[in-house]
Amino acid sequence: MNFLQIISNTLAQILAPATLGYVLAAIGLSVHFGFAGLLNMGVAGFMAIGAYGFAISILTFGLPWPLAALIGLAAAVVFALIMGIPTLRLRGDYLAIVTIAAAEVLRLLFLTSTFRPVTGSADGLSGFQAGFRASNPLPPGKWGWGPWTYQSDQWWVIIVGVITIAIAVLLVWALMRSPWGRVIRGIREDEDAVGSLGKNVFAFKMQALVVGGIIIAAGGIITAMGTNVNPNVYVTSQTFYVWTALLLGGAATIFGPVLGAVLFWMVRAFLSNLLPALVSIGWLPFLTPEQSQMLVFVLVGAALMLLVIFRPQGILGSKKELTFVR
Amino acid sequence: MAHARTAPVPRLHRRVVAALAFLAAAAAGVGILAGPAGSSWAATSADYPYTLKGNVRAAGESVPDATVRVTGQDEEGAAFEEEATTDKNGAWSVGVPTKDGTWTIELVESSLPSGVAVPDGFSFTQEATFGATSTVTRNFTLGAAERQTVGFWDQFLSRAVNGLNFGLMLALAAIGLSLVFGTTGLSNFAHGEMVTFGALMALLFTTGFGLSIWVAIPIAVIASAGLGLAMDAGLWRPLRRKGLGTVQLMIVSIGLSLALRYVYQMFVGGRTEQLPGAVAEVIPGLGPIRLTVTDLISMGVSIVVIVAFAWWLMRTRIGRATRAVSDNPSLAAASGIDVDGVVRVVWVVAAALAGLSGVLWAYFRPGIKWDMGTSILLLIFAAVTLGGLGTAFGALVGSIIVGLLVELSTLWIPSDLKYVGALVVLIVILLFRPQGILGRRERIG
Repeated sequence: MNFLQIISNTLAQILAPATLGYVLAAIGLSVHFGFAGLLNMGVAGFMAIGAYGFAISILTFGLPWPLAALIGLAAAVVFALIMGIPTLRLRGDYLAIVTIAAAEVLRLLFLTSTFRPVTGSADGLSGFQAGFRASNPLPPGKWGWGPWTYQSDQWWVIIVGVITIAIAVLLVWALMRSPWGRVIRGIREDEDAVGSLGKNVFAFKMQALVVGGIIIAAGGIITAMGTNVNPNVYVTSQTFYVWTALLLGGAATIFGPVLGAVLFWMVRAFLSNLLPALVSIGWLPFLTPEQSQMLVFVLVGAALMLLVIFRPQGILGSKKELTFVR
Repeated sequence: MAHARTAPVPRLHRRVVAALAFLAAAAAGVGILAGPAGSSWAATSADYPYTLKGNVRAAGESVPDATVRVTGQDEEGAAFEEEATTDKNGAWSVGVPTKDGTWTIELVESSLPSGVAVPDGFSFTQEATFGATSTVTRNFTLGAAERQTVGFWDQFLSRAVNGLNFGLMLALAAIGLSLVFGTTGLSNFAHGEMVTFGALMALLFTTGFGLSIWVAIPIAVIASAGLGLAMDAGLWRPLRRKGLGTVQLMIVSIGLSLALRYVYQMFVGGRTEQLPGAVAEVIPGLGPIRLTVTDLISMGVSIVVIVAFAWWLMRTRIGRATRAVSDNPSLAAASGIDVDGVVRVVWVVAAALAGLSGVLWAYFRPGIKWDMGTSILLLIFAAVTLGGLGTAFGALVGSIIVGLLVELSTLWIPSDLKYVGALVVLIVILLFRPQGILGRRERIG
């Protein structure tokens, strides 16, 4: 068992495009759930619409990548409106069911062979990053330090991703200390009380859904800049992983989602490197290497349960800021 | 664990091999039996020791009355030509005088019925040479018959019956989910795993322990009920005592769903396994409706169980108590109903129904896979929401609507989008009647 290699793989995960995408998705979800109390179970759908909006704009319509990214974000706004209008007047779990259903509808639409020329069906889309890579100002070649040695193009994704994360964190921080943020948090705690103060609860919830949705879609776009787009990624499990990441860090905090998503991927990378290694040296005699990979997800599920039961405020959250109100 | 996993596999293989051998023998038998009935080649096949045979199929259906022409040279080098017509099973057979040389088999295109599509790369002629055996099989497999051969209403009827079957199966799962929601307020995302559990137990007791499916199904249902009891006693009741909110409980159920799903995958892997009797004959004489005996039994079981459940809910003491708790837990507790006891019974009933629906779902799909329950979880939710969250009979109505919708929508949309219709309807219905069909207004606020 090569322990150094395992540590290296784990550390390398910090800057992987998937991690950066999850960080953004978790930040967006913190706006939805952590601050506004909206049970968005369609995180994967928002990420998918961002990624596909980006990729399809480039491949089918031949747009430059910054415009394509904007279209991905705009598509997420439309998606948020479609989901919010029927459900935001209803009790929270209706939004949960509708968002999870809408995300699945999207995935099936991207998966069906009917639209293969546009969506690539089960093969997904690839080869749309050329324009993005052409805009790369970094020196070519492979460089970096220790576990963080990447190709120039990968560095470009990482830099754009980290800048986007910084903007998102700043945006959420500024929004949440503004009067708007106070209303949003008030809605989370007591919708009726905020309504009786003359605030339009529905409009505020809708705004929160849109803002969070844009940030989640940005996560999808950053992921798409680094890897190909495939419908099998955007399953409901992905939504649950983002939830796990968010609750791990702390739902109603600014840096909680960042910490949570990075930790989530590090622990996942660590376990999926460590467990097969333990199997191969005979420490887990009941498991095959494939089964040990599934054990990782069993542990993720168990971790989600334990988190919600014993530390619902997450690592960075405070017990005073209630997130699970209803 | 590794042993438990690998042990049933060879057994399964043997079964598959045996089944294939049986099928091959049956096909050969059909060919032999059909032989004397066919007029064109009866004399020749009796005369010659070597046989070329095969069948003609289009989209999985036998093609009768198609002409197959065999040409070649007999032992003197003279040209030999013989024609055969496929029987009602699509089988043909031609006797030839020698096993030397190459035989050309041509499917006469003009003899095919209209509406048979020829797939890309399909060749109407095949060549055959004899090896050690005295028979050689060459099959012609054509593409899907054009839909023009089946009328719209015939298809409609066929899909509707299929949808009803699916809906009834869905109802078994949805009623449980709705009951749990009504009594505890929990949107249980792990319900799909309870469905899978029933199917896996049936698989364990049939393929694993070699029991008959009729013994295995009740055992699977009882095991599922046990799972429900264990989940309530080990997880949900302590969490209710701890005072977790419904949202927290919902996310716990999501975690449980993930964990259980991958535990299943650790045991059964990514394969699809079949329960015994998954391949059954279509009952003849129903016109356009394609129903197998399994389908019919499945529908019968669903209806009987749903009626029994309705009787239980409406007539028995515990059923009334369940409805009371569903209505208002505090009031029910104040009037002397043991709420915890009722909730325990509800979990047992819900899990048993989910387990049974899992077995039926395994036959409907067909096949057992680790994520089979998850794949219909959203349809179950759609059914429950459509009927009205927390109402048992609403779940039944919602399920049948969803079942019909899923199957009938394939008349207009591609079948890989058939779940989309049901989910879109779920979203649309919330716009106009958020309380669902049988729900009451005050529950939604």
